[in-house]
Formats: sequence, C-alpha cells, structure tokens
Amino acid sequence: MSVSQVLRVAAAAALLALAACSPNRTVSAQSVRPNKDRQTAPDFVLKDSLGTPVKLSDFKGKVVLLDFWATWCGPCKIEIPWFIEFERKNKDKGLVVLGVSMDEDGWTSVKPYVKELGINYRIMVGDSKIEQQYGGIDALPTTLLIDREGKIASVHVGVASKQDFEDAIEKLLQTNTASRQPGLVPPAAYVRAN
Amino acid sequence: MSLLPLTFAPTSFAQTGPVLTVTPPSKLKVKRGGTATLKLATSLNAGFHANSSTPSESYLIPLKLTWTPGVLEPVDIDYPKGHLQKYSFSEKPLSVITGAIDISTKFKAAPAAPAGPAMMTGKIRFQACNDNACFAPKTVEVKLTVDIE
Repeated sequence: MSVSQVLRVAAAAALLALAACSPNRTVSAQSVRPNKDRQTAPDFVLKDSLGTPVKLSDFKGKVVLLDFWATWCGPCKIEIPWFIEFERKNKDKGLVVLGVSMDEDGWTSVKPYVKELGINYRIMVGDSKIEQQYGGIDALPTTLLIDREGKIASVHVGVASKQDFEDAIEKLLQTNTASRQPGLVPPAAYVRAN
Repeated sequence: MSLLPLTFAPTSFAQTGPVLTVTPPSKLKVKRGGTATLKLATSLNAGFHANSSTPSESYLIPLKLTWTPGVLEPVDIDYPKGHLQKYSFSEKPLSVITGAIDISTKFKAAPAAPAGPAMMTGKIRFQACNDNACFAPKTVEVKLTVDIE
C-alpha cells in the first residue's frame, strides 16, 4: 500500500470516527424508508385537551412523531416516557410529538392519564375518521415518523426499540437539515466521494 | 375500507387480531321459580392473552359478560381465575386468561315467568394483547335459547 493510500485510509477512518462522535453523525436507522418509498401522511384535524384544533399539515417542515395509543394499552405505557424525552430533547431541532388516543370514552380517561404521566406533548382524541385514514389502527401502539415534507418515513406497530426511534429521529432531522444547506456535506458522503 | 394506497396500508398495519370463539350454547331448561347454570365455552386464539375479570392494574379493561334483561335473571357470573404472567411491557405480572376458558352464569326464572321457549342475549367484552401490542376492546354476542318449564 502506498503512502498516499495509507493516508487516504487514515483520513477516512478519522472522518468515520468524527461522524460517530459528532452531533450530526450519520446514523443507521433501518426502519426509515428511502425517500422514493414514502407516502404522504393523510392530513387530519383533531382537537387537543384545550379544544384547540391540531392540523397535521401545519407541521410541514418539522419531523413529526405521530403515536396512536390508549390508556388501557400496556405497551403504549412503555413508550410514552421515551416520547416525553424525545419532545424535550428535540423540539428545538424541529421534532413535534403528537399523541392520538384511541380510548372510546375520550377525555374522561385521557385527561387524568396525561396528568399522571406528565405528558409534555400534544394529545388528541382520535375518531373513526382518522382510524380509517390511517388504514385501520388495530394494534396499539402504532407510531409513525413523518418527515419534513409530510411523508411517512417509518411505521412501528407494537413496541419498538428506543434506540431505533432515536436513530430514526436523528436521521430525519439530520437529513432534512443537510438537504436544506447545500454547503453541508454529511461526513459519510464525503468519505464515499473521496 | 382503507383510503390509503396499497403501498402504505398493508403489512405494517395489518395484524391478525385476537379472536374469542364462543361455542354456541345448548338450550337451557329452567323450571319456573327455579335456577339453572349455563357454562359458556370460549377460546382465545393462540398468541394472545386477555385481561381476566380482575386485572392487576386499574387501567386495564376486564373480561366481562353481561346479559340483556329477559325472562331469566342472571344471579351469579363465575369467571375463570386469571393466571399471573409477566410480559416485557409490564412492570409486574398481569392477571390474564389464555386459550380455552369457561364462563358460567347462574340464572333464575321468576315464579310467574311464562312457560315456553325464549331467548336471552349476552355480550362478552374483552381486551387482548400479544407480546408487544394491544388491540381495541371487542364484544362477542351470545344467543341462548331458553325453555321455561
């Protein structure tokens, strides 16, 4: 191996190490669909606990974590604290967490539960229309990650791993940020190009 | 019907949900002023568990059988005892039922009940989960033919 080849490999390794440590590291999020396979998320308007209408399309430009859940759903209870954390950590980076409860008795069950768990993101009560729009939400939790273009980038039915969510969120926040800033080249792309 | 394109709706959302099968009960004969017990044989499909009639957590929906008022009065309903099972999503074991279960109802006929055939309608409400997801509560209707003697 020539000196230049050794230097090139060393440079690539250094860049990969940098990529892994950097806040903008390139992450592997296997659940995230390629852009070409993404469908536009059906738009909806639901009211939050204060009666304020929440319209999905108003969040275009943000990454949206849309969680269908219910108070009687044990697996949902595992994920909710993660979503509270994601909202807290990433809201300034462009993440919006929305929870749609599928409880039949609506706010009667949902309001005390939201208070008990200290949910910091917006909660709405779902209806048959949104259930139908999203292909029939049968199993809970069902969680979608919607990219900044309003397209569904990933769907999780049942409890997913926290790491998978974190990687997917980071990837979606990062990818869109990178694509909006032509001067910023993700490290991995740089390595491949060189 | 889904309003979504086929590329969006299928495998990721569609799951085979829980099904509670109820064996149609035989005709129940009851003497006027007397009592009789009906044993309903039911079965939950494999891979699912439903909360017992006495769930271990207050937020869980219990197994429940109700009868629409009719010629017979249900005086006692005996549910199967749940078994405690720990799941990855629960901090402590949950009281659940799985597989084949019987639910018994003791009926009483009023002394003045009209003799002859009649029908009673019951509803079993249950809420089931598998290892990592839960399904909306479901209700199964039960029709019972009664013969008052």
